[in-house]
Amino acid sequence: MSSGRFDDGPRLALKILVAGGFGVGKTTLVSSVSEIRPLRTEEHLTDVSVGVDDTSGVETKATTTVAMDFGRITLRDGVVIYLFGTPGQERFWFMWNELSRGAIGAVVLADTRRLTASFGAIDYFERRRIPFIVAVNCFDGAHRYSLAEIREALDVDPHVPVLTCDARRRESAKEVLITLIEHAASLSAAS
Amino acid sequence: MQPDHPRERWLDEAAGPLVRPYALTRGRARPRGEPLDVVTILIATGRPAPARVRLTREQQRLLTLCRRPHTVADLASELGLPLGVVGVLAEELLENRLLEVTRPLTGARPDPGLLRRVIDELRAL
Ligand SMILES: Nc1nc2c(ncn2[C@@H]2O[C@H](COP(=O)(O)OP(=O)(O)O)[C@@H](O)[C@H]2O)c(=O)[nH]1
Ligand SMILES: [Mg+2]
Repeated sequence: MSSGRFDDGPRLALKILVAGGFGVGKTTLVSSVSEIRPLRTEEHLTDVSVGVDDTSGVETKATTTVAMDFGRITLRDGVVIYLFGTPGQERFWFMWNELSRGAIGAVVLADTRRLTASFGAIDYFERRRIPFIVAVNCFDGAHRYSLAEIREALDVDPHVPVLTCDARRRESAKEVLITLIEHAASLSAAS
Repeated sequence: MQPDHPRERWLDEAAGPLVRPYALTRGRARPRGEPLDVVTILIATGRPAPARVRLTREQQRLLTLCRRPHTVADLASELGLPLGVVGVLAEELLENRLLEVTRPLTGARPDPGLLRRVIDELRAL
């Protein structure tokens, strides 16, 4: 979508994280609501248990790059919202530490067919007191649960918004972001 | 409910090739001080490079982009380099005062007034 002028560059940059497991709709959500760009970050393989030669005991300096979802929404007066989509598995949390610093907050995307995949992300943001909401992406043919059932299964605090969305629809994706920002605003007004 | 996809599957589909960013950053793997935030906004100062400083091609490209303000993430995306590499390249340019940060980030969350304005603008988009 055309999201306004970017010619003068950003004056104020705001961050929103989009977290969730593989296939939950992160890329779809970021693309439907913002101007997406390619972005990679490094993952140091020595920090994780994948592909490390632990028989030699020598620290391998191999680094792999990980693709992230990255999108911008340009508002007036050089205010730009930066969206970062990162995978939900624990081994990618190193990205969240940096991305959540000073961020508006996080959207945890969930899929009712495998809600357990979202537990880790919910735990992470809860413990660090980072404002977050849960957006349940409604895939076709998936068994529909009521929001109350989903909320109970996820065991989130009553004040945490849980809503359904269709990540492919721009208006729905926008509503997800607005719900998060409203939640973040009410939390910081209350503190 | 089914278990999540195995991690290998994700790696295969989304991870890039093995790279050695050390070559791009001339061996400086990590920035010395507090790492730059992905949304720290950088701008070129327009000063000439000190005589002892030899800029890499990537640093020259970065400086050219920063004639207009760019965040670290914007630069990584436009230069086609991983975030961490851009952080290291930018740190060196900051030390040599070829770049500056437009407004240092405090790590504080945005205030409610700003957030309400953002909501109104988003609704209107
Ligand atoms: N039916 C339906 N399909 C969706 C929805 N969101 C995403 N998808 C599809 O699900 C697949 C995985 O989505 P993707 O955004 O790539 O997930 P990611 O791995 O979290 O980035 C894609 O084929 C999407 O087209 C949705 O709300 N409804
Ligand atoms: Mg994706």
